Amino acid sequence: MILDEKHKEFRKKVKEFADKEVAPRAKELDMNSEFPWDLIKRMAELELLALYVPKEYGGAGLDVFSYAIAVEEIGRVCGSTGIFLAAHSSLGVYPVYHSGTEEQKQKYLIPMARGEKIGSFGLTEPNAGSDAAGTQTTAKLIGDKYIVNGTKRFITSGGVADIIVFTATKDPSLGYAGISAFIVEKGTPGFSPGKEEDKLGLRGSMTSELVFEDCALPKDNLLGKEGEGFKVFMGTLDGGRISIGALALGIAQGALDASVKFVKENKKSSGRLMKKMQSIQSRIAEMATEVEAARLLIYQAAMLKDNDLPFTKESAMAKYYASIIGTKACDMAITIHGMLGLTNEYPVERFLRDEKLMEIGEGTSEIQKIVIARQILGK
Amino acid sequence: MNFDLTNDQKMLQDQVKKFADSVLAPVAPDIDKSGEFPWDNIKKMAELGLLGIIIPEEYGGAGFDYISLAIAIEEISRACASTGVIVAVNNSLAGYPIMQFGNEEQKKKYLPLLCKGEKLGAFGLTEPNAGSDVAAMETTARLDGDHYILNGTKRFITNAGEAGIYMVFAYTNKELKHKGMSTFIVERDTPGFSLGKHEDLMGIRATANCELIFEDVKIPRENLLGKEGEGFKMCMNTLDVSRIDIGAQAVGIAQSALDESIKYSKERKTFGQPICNFQMVQSMLAEMATEIQAARMLVYYAGHCKNKGMTRFSKEAAMAKYYASSISVDVARKAVQIHGGYGYTKDYPIERIYRDAKILELYEGTNEIQKIIIARELTR
Amino acid sequence: MDIIVCIKRVAQTAEADVKIDSSGKDIVKDRLTFDMNESDTYALEEAILLKEKFGGTLTAVSLGTVQAEDTLRIALAKGADSAIRIKAEDFEGLDGYKTAQLLKAAIKDLKFDVVFTGCIATDDYYSQVGVTLAELLGVPHATLVTKIDIQDTKAQVHRELEGGLIEHLDMTLPALFTIQTGINEPRYASLIAIRRAAKKEIKVIGASEIEPTGIQANASLEELFTPPAGKRAEILSGSMDEISAKVAGIIKEKGLI
Ligand SMILES: Cc1cc2nc3c(=O)[nH]c(=O)nc-3n(C[C@H](O)[C@H](O)[C@H](O)COP(=O)(O)OP(=O)(O)OC[C@H]3O[C@@H](n4cnc5c(N)ncnc54)[C@H](O)[C@@H]3O)c2cc1C
Ligand SMILES: Cc1cc2nc3c(=O)[nH]c(=O)nc-3n(C[C@H](O)[C@H](O)[C@H](O)COP(=O)(O)OP(=O)(O)OC[C@H]3O[C@@H](n4cnc5c(N)ncnc54)[C@H](O)[C@@H]3O)c2cc1C
Ligand SMILES: Cc1cc2nc3c(=O)[nH]c(=O)nc-3n(C[C@H](O)[C@H](O)[C@H](O)COP(=O)(O)OP(=O)(O)OC[C@H]3O[C@@H](n4cnc5c(N)ncnc54)[C@H](O)[C@@H]3O)c2cc1C
Repeated sequence: MILDEKHKEFRKKVKEFADKEVAPRAKELDMNSEFPWDLIKRMAELELLALYVPKEYGGAGLDVFSYAIAVEEIGRVCGSTGIFLAAHSSLGVYPVYHSGTEEQKQKYLIPMARGEKIGSFGLTEPNAGSDAAGTQTTAKLIGDKYIVNGTKRFITSGGVADIIVFTATKDPSLGYAGISAFIVEKGTPGFSPGKEEDKLGLRGSMTSELVFEDCALPKDNLLGKEGEGFKVFMGTLDGGRISIGALALGIAQGALDASVKFVKENKKSSGRLMKKMQSIQSRIAEMATEVEAARLLIYQAAMLKDNDLPFTKESAMAKYYASIIGTKACDMAITIHGMLGLTNEYPVERFLRDEKLMEIGEGTSEIQKIVIARQILGK
Repeated sequence: MNFDLTNDQKMLQDQVKKFADSVLAPVAPDIDKSGEFPWDNIKKMAELGLLGIIIPEEYGGAGFDYISLAIAIEEISRACASTGVIVAVNNSLAGYPIMQFGNEEQKKKYLPLLCKGEKLGAFGLTEPNAGSDVAAMETTARLDGDHYILNGTKRFITNAGEAGIYMVFAYTNKELKHKGMSTFIVERDTPGFSLGKHEDLMGIRATANCELIFEDVKIPRENLLGKEGEGFKMCMNTLDVSRIDIGAQAVGIAQSALDESIKYSKERKTFGQPICNFQMVQSMLAEMATEIQAARMLVYYAGHCKNKGMTRFSKEAAMAKYYASSISVDVARKAVQIHGGYGYTKDYPIERIYRDAKILELYEGTNEIQKIIIARELTR
Repeated sequence: MDIIVCIKRVAQTAEADVKIDSSGKDIVKDRLTFDMNESDTYALEEAILLKEKFGGTLTAVSLGTVQAEDTLRIALAKGADSAIRIKAEDFEGLDGYKTAQLLKAAIKDLKFDVVFTGCIATDDYYSQVGVTLAELLGVPHATLVTKIDIQDTKAQVHRELEGGLIEHLDMTLPALFTIQTGINEPRYASLIAIRRAAKKEIKVIGASEIEPTGIQANASLEELFTPPAGKRAEILSGSMDEISAKVAGIIKEKGLI
């Protein structure tokens, strides 16, 4: 796809950062389950943490398209750093930017955008994943405080975040209508991170439980209007899908790059150059075509959003398709590497472990298909 | 055509299943984490006869047929993929070639050790620069008086770190290419033979996968298996048998993924109902179950061909290995999907099963190679 | 020492969805798996251990359909010398009493010092076959046995009582013991033993071999039904941790603690 000069320049800058600074850290982040504090600091310096947020709020003043490019480029070398960036920008920064009051923006958005504070988004619960309206965390207005009780699970950066946007209901029996969005800060009495997940991949990212026990929040911490939490998180997830799609794409591109390198450099098998073997050619061709198609879907969704056009269907398509072809590409990359692909001498086994989350997080593939079908068929 | 198992196959399945569920499955998560070789369980399996399933009783084995071998390996792998590989290698890649090609002395000397688990077997074929392309092998064995002098390096060898008896392939005459390859039985404590790097693998992490390093290793002449120059032929014949095993491992791993998914999909509720009520989940479960059953049939059929004494059943073995391993990877992927976010964590066994499955497509001939074998047999 | 062990093949219903069939007197069995009754696996192991210690013969007996032969063959593979199946298809309206009578008919002419049964069958839960059989055979019995020591014709037996109490009994052989689970660690049959057992003949006896007089049930099954769910019952789902958390929440909410 032909990018305009602005985006080309931008990609070059991020790519350089990714290759020079992120890539060398990726293996150890995965092996030691290490959180990339150093890289986050660098991303803040490079103004990558709130790309589409205007400068007045501490952002880079660019667009969603640039954001997709950034996640893709970083994901290409390190899924853990990529998911951090995606969660921080789409799930921490975005809802405050989109639904926050001026005061909230001053207080929360600016430090997150500048990278002084880490953002995170608590929607999922032990019994409310795909079914986000099944939220059982409650927030009851008592006097002038909301008293919050409940547990969130699988929250990216939840254990380290300073600012967490989360959903809670005033009454679980009300379904969507009862849900509101709130902001809680690290250290608020009654709020604490719970267990850390031990995961298949993205091991350099932290995924935590959040526990609320009679946590009292001032009324000012309500994000958006009461009962409109559903709108806040649906809007957030539509945008989030672009970034998860971009991450899936980046990892798939990484798998393709690694495979191309391996095939070109590596040896003959059965007396023939690897690149001359049709079984290898067939795989490389499939991967490259699918990666390109995914990229176009993602860029399309980003452009629609940048132009304030409806993009729900397109972002669901982008996320669904990129994650499906992404795991397939990583799987093929291992196969191309043969036995070496299973060892951590090469990045491809890590890519596969990281990529599998993309079919699950921020709406499973099945949920994306339901969203797409509804957009096409009507409710 | 008869789809019923015989009485002894039924009993074998029943007992191995119970043993696997109560003895092997509980340690599977731990040995995956620690990479520790499951010696305790290997010893227990030796007592039950699982280390010499197809070896005749007179050599300490259990004297079962090849369908039984597949049944046992499936059940073991269903509970613990690492243990499945260890046992399969001992049976088919060490026990089988000695039984099939060894002379009486070699059989008497080595088979009882393998069957009783006193010494485990390993199979040293692959080298850093010779995987699919066996002929690219660089290890050599030179006859010097009544010894062969062995030099070279093998890589990715299952059981290597814990084995006592190694089937090692080397060129005795490189000019003759395939026809210059020979097989040796090498014992662990032979001077000049050492272990190299231990592999850190994505899956089947408890299989003691190591490098073998041979530096002027003196192998007594009587440890040549078969005749000089027959190595390649023996290797191909052995791999046909062991592909039944890999197929069975794949079926076992896939079955465990399905079992976990069925259980989970009945328990997990979203939108007020168990997720097994959703057609998209049903579609995944149905595909998984059908593919597993088809794979199992291909594996049994390959076993049946071997039971009948067909000398050439490469096509059937390759089909079983190729199909079973590729559906197994796909079944495991779907199983993670059905588990949602939980499938991505180590709280559920499915995360491990997903990592274990991928290997099946690669070792003992990648699936690309299996397809080449199948196509070649079809167009001969 | 000559030993008899009674083994029942039962449906594995612990984790299955049990449904009542159209007769209203039986459950739908076609999707259930069947296996040796749990306490019978311990009874069998105890019998094998005794035989290994003292020598003699070990006979396994089961009243059941032809599939029960699969279960008996496992007993043979583990260490029984011979096996008898009483054809369940020849007898209708079985209850614990009639079952015991039929078992008696099959073993009364055999030599035995000890008869083992399980303490309870996990399908019908009568817990009476062992005891009734002992009475019919005219030998003493002990139920819920958790330990046995035999010297000549004397047996020292431990029984497990409620509340963790153990009762110690002295008995004289021949005797019948109903075995509690956990008394030993049942073995797995070795592959070689399996191959040998597969070839062994199982003796089958039915209506033509058993004198029918006096053999009758003393209860007849009228109806099988699932009780209506209580109004205040709530089924909790989720992981262990989640369920415990919910339980704690409910207890707290109801002000029970
Ligand atoms: C590493 C990681 C990071 C995460 N980060 C965050 C985060 O930062 N913030 C956050 O809020 N959440 C986060 N999540 C949670 C994630 O978004 C959920 O796991 C995901 O939405 C799926 O929910 P679930 O796990 O409860 O699966 P379930 O909803 O239980 O789904 C289980 C299976 O059932 C299927 N299914 C469910 N409902 C239907 C239906 N109606 N029709 C058809 N199929 C259906 C699903 O597709 C899936 O296959 C994260 C998860 C992980 C693993
Ligand atoms: C866990 C594990 C256990 C193992 N255990 C053992 C063991 O016990 N003993 C042992 O000897 N080896 C063992 N191996 C090695 C294994 O058998 C080899 O990895 C396998 O044969 C593939 O070889 P390779 O990895 O060198 O792949 P390569 O030969 O380098 O192949 C790389 C890619 O090229 C493709 N390719 C290669 N040649 C062709 C061709 N002619 N046409 C089309 N495509 C082709 C392959 O399909 C593959 O996708 C093990 C490997 C692993 C990972
Ligand atoms: C709904 C229902 C359906 C039934 N369907 C059938 C049927 O299809 N076929 C049928 O045969 N009977 C059937 N019965 C009857 C059933 O077999 C008897 O009730 C049973 O054998 C005695 O009770 P129990 O199993 O609870 O024995 P318990 O007294 O609890 O058993 C204790 C021990 O006695 C021994 N024992 C018990 N039964 C046997 C046996 N059959 N063989 C050897 N040892 C034994 C075992 O060692 C066992 O551990 C059915 C009963 C019910 C309620």
